[in-house]
Amino acid sequence: MNDKSEGASPGGAVILVIDDEAQIRKLLELTLESNGYSVHFAISGKEGITKAASERPELIVLDLGLPDLDGVEVLKKIREWSEVPVLVLSVRSAEGDIITCLDAGADDYLTKPFRTGELLARVRTALRHKLFPQEKPVFTVRDLQVDLSARTVKKGNESIRLTATEYALLALLIRNAGRVLTHKYILEQVWGPTFAEETQYTRVYIGQLRKKIEDDPTDPKIILTESGIGYRLQVEAELP
Amino acid sequence: MQDTEYSRPDPDELLRMLKKEEEKSEKGKLKIFFGMCAGVGKTYAMLSEAREAAAKGIDVVVGYIETHKRMETAELVLGLEVIPRKKIEYRGTELEEMDIDAILARKPKVVLVDELAHTNAPGSRHARRYQDVLEILDNGIDVYTTLNVQHLESRADTVAQITGSIVRETVPDSIFDAADEIKVIDISPDELLKRLQEGKVYTAERSRQAVDNFFKQGNLSALREMALRMTAERVDRQIREYRKGQRISSAWKSGQRLIAAISPSPHSISVIRWARRVSYTMDASWVVVYVDQSDKLSMEQKEQLAKNMKLARELGAEVVTTSGVNIADSLIRVAREQNASQILVGKPDRFVFSRAVRLIDDLMQRSTDLDIYIVGQEDSPSKKKIPNILPKPQSSPLQYLLAVVLVLFAAMVCFPFQELVGYRTVSFILLLLVSLLPLKVGPGPTVLAAAVGALSWDFLFIPPRFTFSISNLEDSLLAAMFFLVATVTGLLSAQVRKRERIIRQREARTSALFALTKDLSSAHSQDEVIKTAVSNIKKYFDADVAVILGDAEGEMASSAHPASSFFPDQKDFGVAAWVYWNEKKAGKYTDTLPSAQATYFPMSGPRYPLGVIGVRLRDNMKLSFDQENLLENFISQITSAIERELLNDVNRRSVVVAESERLYKTLFNSISHEFRTPIATIMGVSENLIDRPDAVRADLSQVQLNEIHLAAERLNRLVANLLDMTRLESGMIKPKLDWCDIRDIIGHSLKSLEKELEGHPTTVDIPGAVPLIKLDFGLIEQALTNLIHNAALHTPPGTDITINVSVIKQECVISVSDNGPGLPAEDIDRVFEKFYRASGGNAGGTGLGLTITKGFVEAHHGTISARNRPQGGAEFIVKLPLSESVSNDLKATV
Repeated sequence: MNDKSEGASPGGAVILVIDDEAQIRKLLELTLESNGYSVHFAISGKEGITKAASERPELIVLDLGLPDLDGVEVLKKIREWSEVPVLVLSVRSAEGDIITCLDAGADDYLTKPFRTGELLARVRTALRHKLFPQEKPVFTVRDLQVDLSARTVKKGNESIRLTATEYALLALLIRNAGRVLTHKYILEQVWGPTFAEETQYTRVYIGQLRKKIEDDPTDPKIILTESGIGYRLQVEAELP
Repeated sequence: MQDTEYSRPDPDELLRMLKKEEEKSEKGKLKIFFGMCAGVGKTYAMLSEAREAAAKGIDVVVGYIETHKRMETAELVLGLEVIPRKKIEYRGTELEEMDIDAILARKPKVVLVDELAHTNAPGSRHARRYQDVLEILDNGIDVYTTLNVQHLESRADTVAQITGSIVRETVPDSIFDAADEIKVIDISPDELLKRLQEGKVYTAERSRQAVDNFFKQGNLSALREMALRMTAERVDRQIREYRKGQRISSAWKSGQRLIAAISPSPHSISVIRWARRVSYTMDASWVVVYVDQSDKLSMEQKEQLAKNMKLARELGAEVVTTSGVNIADSLIRVAREQNASQILVGKPDRFVFSRAVRLIDDLMQRSTDLDIYIVGQEDSPSKKKIPNILPKPQSSPLQYLLAVVLVLFAAMVCFPFQELVGYRTVSFILLLLVSLLPLKVGPGPTVLAAAVGALSWDFLFIPPRFTFSISNLEDSLLAAMFFLVATVTGLLSAQVRKRERIIRQREARTSALFALTKDLSSAHSQDEVIKTAVSNIKKYFDADVAVILGDAEGEMASSAHPASSFFPDQKDFGVAAWVYWNEKKAGKYTDTLPSAQATYFPMSGPRYPLGVIGVRLRDNMKLSFDQENLLENFISQITSAIERELLNDVNRRSVVVAESERLYKTLFNSISHEFRTPIATIMGVSENLIDRPDAVRADLSQVQLNEIHLAAERLNRLVANLLDMTRLESGMIKPKLDWCDIRDIIGHSLKSLEKELEGHPTTVDIPGAVPLIKLDFGLIEQALTNLIHNAALHTPPGTDITINVSVIKQECVISVSDNGPGLPAEDIDRVFEKFYRASGGNAGGTGLGLTITKGFVEAHHGTISARNRPQGGAEFIVKLPLSESVSNDLKATV
């Protein structure tokens, strides 16, 4: 709830939408402006790159299927000089593109068709990471409490023992709470760059972790699987 | 008298003429300036006419003109466009030839080509200029050319007889017959001699020589007569053609046919030319027959036979090769088959007493109603040049020696035993030996052995011994009988053996063809046909084979088929291309581009050429006639097999088209329904909200918005399904395999189906020991989502759904079952078919979900099946192979 007030702070964050579809632009305008953001539009990749510089947005929503430039190219161009959070919009069949984008520095992604609630949650998460990176030592989701400074994990009132690798994995997810992390990124961060292709490690360790922290490992509520891409740690703001 | 109404032309005849005219109209027109000899002014006349044409605006170019340094001629060339000649290097000297490619590229209306009978320099495309001209005509360009009467194939002999000099450069009569126009350039011999003396034809020095050798008054008159007669014959023939077309009178003869027998002898050439003349004047078709007696021919004879056959073909004969022991019988058989009324044979040489004389006797006796012509040998000067006109001895001296030695040896062996067995018994032993000899040697040595046997028996055994004299009459009779019986037995068995050999050869040929046909008919694709063709030709001809096919656009492929056993180099590829476009054979052993490595045969298709077969014989062995015939038979078989496969392909494709048309219709019906239902909902409900926002109660508008949302979700699902289906059908599905936890996949599927599964209690049963599996997470998730959604969609609310995972042997088995009404028993096999929908099924399905599931599972090399459980309800079972797996309990070793 307090997340909402943060995102919709007076004056609102400036968001640049780069999309060539008029209907999607209209939908985003309605959704974002009614939530207090101020929205700018670009209808091509080139215009998007220019406006990313001139309008100084705090968040960019980037469509991958642009008429002039490939979305990934646009992202790379922007990343040459800016750290602004980028939320990528794409169609479902383009998993490969999504991974390319995330690896190229996109903060999150959303597949079309999307729910507006989902969109707003992603926007808030992306903005929060920009404004307050890792500000709290204690992280809470559902009945799970993780104290990053004391390196303790509690589920309800019971303390949970995690191996070093499991803890490193969980801590990584918490530091990026709400954001999708690719297998490659997780492997590089937890196991090191030489393990970037060994996806069986993430599958096995996420499985172990879920057994320990989820109520029902077959129906996870804390660590969510992003089909074909990676994992995301659920944040509380998502609760209805 | 016949009424005009009844003298309508014979329709077949008209059709034939029409076809002939049509063929001609596509091709260029050939005009020949025809004269009795050099110097009559053919080139001059041709150039004058070309200038007139050019003045009328017709596009005329000079392809090749030989001015012979004659001033008047050279002047006429001025002002006409001249195609530069092509320079050809040959053994250090540079020769100039007509540049046929330049002419074809320039594509004028008319091209002038002097001296039709010219022989091109080695290395040119064609051996002879008339072949160049034929190709130019085939390309629709008109040709003016010049020709002397002595260069006509059928007149060459006569000219040689008249003038005493041999004519080497001849052109086939067929080209003369096919000419659209013949213009005779005629001047009197006196005038020609005058021109010659004035130095208008040759330079002074050459003129004198020419007058002495060739340009004699008598010669010229004879040549002139011949030229005029040929032209007259042609006119006569044209009149007849015209009559046939117009049916002016009933003078038309029924098609006569004559056959001419040839042998591997140079004399056959006169027979062929004679036959051609007779058939021409009789307006009869003619067949040239060679009877193969399976004698071993020498290289020279083979070549001579090849020349004879080629000449016959060039002169327009049909050539038939047949096998048989008796020439006369074979000839009469062919005559009956071909419905011929006349047989032409050559007059036997005086010195050859054996077969030829017998042939004529046989023919006379057996031919009954057939006319027999015996053609005398023209006493041509060329005769002296050809050695060995006597038939070659069929048996080598070695065989004679062997026969004699064997008989003498046997006599020696018997010698010590003569007291024991008696001298008469010895004769039987020798007789046995002689009658066995034909197994190894020919009839000649056998007769010799018989003689030697008789003499040695007489000398060594018959008393008084060691003399040739015989004391009693009985023994002399026995000796004579011995010789006779030995000879007869020997000859008879030799004949049997020969017959046997012919049969064997014929059998070998037939079985080779049969084997090829059999192999070809069992080949089921073009590639297989080609593979079979290459291996068969390789086997029977010991040759390398290259197959170059044409593509669907009618262009020749840019490389030989991979099944070929050799790959032509660039130069040979050019030859193959020529063969492809001209549909005539070329390359080694032919007159066209003979410097190639291999011989190339065209495979002619119905509309465009199918391709080219190149045959490269090992060790440069030339094929015999039989073999060449067999090879051409092979190629025609292969061609029809390739054509058959091509047609099959077309057929298969049209079946596919029909099938996809059916699918298209189904898809169209299904999709239009599926799309329109949710769209109608969205449009209808949103219109309600737009038109009367205030008239609708708040809670009702909530319901309506819900409807819109549901419809949109349905549309979304439909689009997703269609996209998946398209991906599947385009073969774009290539699973990106990665280690996956099946629990995770099922969890994810259930999550995305949360809404649909409301009212369906769902149980998931996964044992802890299920390992990680290499899968495409997205594809399997979609597959399972479709299965589970299917169960929810087609069962009444409240039906339980159970998902069960187990590992059996090397497979991960996922079962999705329900306790609903089950599948319609008769349709169980059809549930995975595209657009299959259970009768009375719930709306909202696309008929694609299960098809997609099946496709995705099969892309993982897995299987899917459906059944009704014994305890009720439907069950779908997916089996995924566990080729590689990692234990899920991988402990923290890292």
